[in-house]
Amino acid sequence: MAIVADVHVRTGRRSELGLLAIAVAVAVLARGLVDYHAHILEPVEISVYAGAWIGVLALVHLALRRWAPFADPVLVPAVATLVGIGLAMIRRIDFAYAARGRDTNFGDVQTVWALIGVALMLLVILLLRDYRLLRRFTYTSGVLGLIALLLPLMPVIGTQINGARIWINVFGRSLQPGEFAKIAFVVFFAGYLVSNRDTLALAGPKVLGLRLPRVRDMGPLALVWVAAMLVQIYERDLGTSLLLFGIFVAMLYVATERISWVVIGMGAFAVGAVAAGTIFAHVGSRYTAWLHALDADVYRSGQSEQLVRGLFGMASGGLFGTGLGEGRPDLVPYAESDFIVASLGEELGLTGLMAILVLYVIIVQRAMRTAIGTRHGFGKLLATGLGFAIALQVFIVVGGVTRVIPLTGLTTPFLAYGGSSMLANFIIIGLLLRLSDQARRPEEVRA
Amino acid sequence: MNEPVRRLSVLILVLFLTLMGAASYIQVIDAGNLNADGRNVRTLYREFGNFRGPIVVDGDQVVWSEPVDDPFKYQRTYSDSTLYSAVTGYYSIVFGSTGIEAAEDGLLSGSADALFWTRMGNLLSGETQRGASVELTLSAAVQRAATDALGDQPGAVVALDPSTGAIKALVTSPTYDAEALAGHDTAAVNDAYQNLLGQDDGPLVNRAIGGDTYPPGSTFKLITAAAALESGYTADTELYAPDQLELPDTTATMGNYGGGSCGDGERTTLAEAIRISCNTAFGNLGITLGWNVIEREAKEFGWGESLSIPLAVTPSRLPEDPDRAQAAMSAIGQFDVRATPLQMAMVAAGIANDGVLMQPYLVEQVRDSDLRIIEQSEPVEMSRPMSASDANELTDMMVAVVESGSATAAQIPGVEIAAKTGTAETGRDEPPHTWIVAFAPAKDPQVAVAVVVDNGGTLGAAGQTVTGGTVAAPIARQVIEAALAEEG
Repeated sequence: MAIVADVHVRTGRRSELGLLAIAVAVAVLARGLVDYHAHILEPVEISVYAGAWIGVLALVHLALRRWAPFADPVLVPAVATLVGIGLAMIRRIDFAYAARGRDTNFGDVQTVWALIGVALMLLVILLLRDYRLLRRFTYTSGVLGLIALLLPLMPVIGTQINGARIWINVFGRSLQPGEFAKIAFVVFFAGYLVSNRDTLALAGPKVLGLRLPRVRDMGPLALVWVAAMLVQIYERDLGTSLLLFGIFVAMLYVATERISWVVIGMGAFAVGAVAAGTIFAHVGSRYTAWLHALDADVYRSGQSEQLVRGLFGMASGGLFGTGLGEGRPDLVPYAESDFIVASLGEELGLTGLMAILVLYVIIVQRAMRTAIGTRHGFGKLLATGLGFAIALQVFIVVGGVTRVIPLTGLTTPFLAYGGSSMLANFIIIGLLLRLSDQARRPEEVRA
Repeated sequence: MNEPVRRLSVLILVLFLTLMGAASYIQVIDAGNLNADGRNVRTLYREFGNFRGPIVVDGDQVVWSEPVDDPFKYQRTYSDSTLYSAVTGYYSIVFGSTGIEAAEDGLLSGSADALFWTRMGNLLSGETQRGASVELTLSAAVQRAATDALGDQPGAVVALDPSTGAIKALVTSPTYDAEALAGHDTAAVNDAYQNLLGQDDGPLVNRAIGGDTYPPGSTFKLITAAAALESGYTADTELYAPDQLELPDTTATMGNYGGGSCGDGERTTLAEAIRISCNTAFGNLGITLGWNVIEREAKEFGWGESLSIPLAVTPSRLPEDPDRAQAAMSAIGQFDVRATPLQMAMVAAGIANDGVLMQPYLVEQVRDSDLRIIEQSEPVEMSRPMSASDANELTDMMVAVVESGSATAAQIPGVEIAAKTGTAETGRDEPPHTWIVAFAPAKDPQVAVAVVVDNGGTLGAAGQTVTGGTVAAPIARQVIEAALAEEG
């Protein structure tokens, strides 16, 4: 896995600066448009906003130059652009709600979460000087992840919101510990798999031309499968369930290079999901709402109403969208969080939605690129797991809104209103920055 | 481990391409269906959220959009709604739209092709889409006179400018308040609508141009007379006019109104037959002329045509293949002959305009939001059912009807009026529908009118004997007075 070291390795920091300028432009223009259409565009205020963006991103840029000079130069600008679009959209939805007499302050709250997220990201880079340190916490992470996952089921602190029991109440704020569990599990899977990959890759019986792993090695997969099913049934959250299981299977595949694991894993999940849908009514109704969303009685019963209203919104946006501030995203319940993709689709159109999806593709592909460039197995697995976590989460949310898969309650990374998601995803970016810094650092500079 | 990472990258790309495909399907391919879905209030909000152009009568807005503080942004407002709702229709978030609101929706909403350049201009200047204003041909004074004259009697009045076809008044009674149906409180709108639907006298039916249409009765004798004149008859041609006309191939006979005689009880002239509305003379014409001659004349005057003024007009009907007895009945406007009041006004207008029938229309011009005229109606000739000389001959006969015939109640001092009344049996045990068609001044016609009062209106309901002359003629007089006063 040695690479040929170049004497003049480009850090890419200068390119990053240029890309950051674009991110600031997008964020400030979007906010300006929103304010303009709400007739409250103030030159002073928008200048302060632009200044704050420049200040924060300059700080991040300088911090990277100082503590992670070889970190991937595309990650932060791409994330910043998404956050900028998300903040503008959420602010716009606040105005839409206000027009209907509903007083919300999602935009300002989300801005605070984004700032805390950036701080956490920098903290990760500052404190974690070598990602290999994380391997020591493999099992600690596993336990922490499990606790985080199970917290919502605890009495008193666990809360059920909109049918999904994935929230806990801390100091009067609801948190989604599942978002953080995701990171803990990726660390745990990476540590566990890098130690046991040789065993798990051992050949077992051959069935239908597919070389299966040994039956006795199925234990870990079975365990994660059970956990995922329990989440789906008791926390009523197909999204988190699919996300965790999907991450595990993907990392298992990368670790063992055995496609049979993917086949077994996906098959097991499908069987479990169908069984859960048949046995438990609340799981089943999600499938009905997905498959028969536009049917009159399914719609009237309210099962698919939110989904269909989201479709109406996106359809009204068409190719180019109504324009920021010109649509009616407030007609979709949870337009600022679960359905922010539908809101964006309505006001920015298919064109804008495509651009957003491409930003995610860029972020994820940079993570995969980092995985390939990383020299250690643990780092490869970690980068793959984190990147795939973002990809799969976007797929589950956007796929739910666009009726590719059943609708679930996950949040769109960096766009949707919600603190837990914002913080967790910024931590992921922090880890990816650290990983990429170490991956791209030339041999002779390496500490 | 690099190979599986690459494969995973490809899988991720496939996942995202799936999302992009799904988004494209929703936002482009299936967007039309989703936007048209009845449950999609967004389409309603957007449509209703546009500034919709006003409907104008005599330079005054009678329907306009008032900015309001609710999701629809504008409230459609109707002044004098019961005066104009037969024409303007309503614009409801629950029940859709009718009348001019529906027929000229593209122009009013601003989405019509004719407004393409206006829209482009608005787009460039950042203004929102604004609809065009639709100016009607109606005359406020004539419309009000007709409405007041009809009062609360069920019926309809149509007044035309015979030389252009412009509709000066179009009244149906009873009518409704469009404002009650245009509200944004769907429950209240629904209540109002159900209430209107529940009423027996059909306030939502536009009797002037639609509904069940009426048997025209004796007013149809104008068509039979026109057919006779076009076939070589003159005002002085003697017609067979017995007291009782035996209907061929039946045992039935046809009598005159009140059992009276025409002329000497055996023969009378065409002019005299019109003046006193002799049934047997015209019934016999139906047999001797042949139904196809009368049918051809009626079609020339507009029977069977699906007019769009631009409101859709129910075609007036003629019997199919009547035998000779039925032809005799049809020639006096009974049996299966049916007509809208607009059709009967067109008969008067065609005769008045020297035998040239003009296409009736309601929209005078359309202006965009910058007041530029984007559509201007030009009078269109529809047909030439009569020669000018025959038309003038028939006019003279109709003048006699007002001077000393069945329509003396329509007289206005100093004005020569031509008219023909009708008293049409409905075939049910109820008072007849009372008609008049008229135009004035006879030598230089400015207005042509048709009036119908269902079952003789107030007098009929009071059990009195009713005729077109007693019930409808006074209404026609008031409409003509208003129209002539306006012409100055």
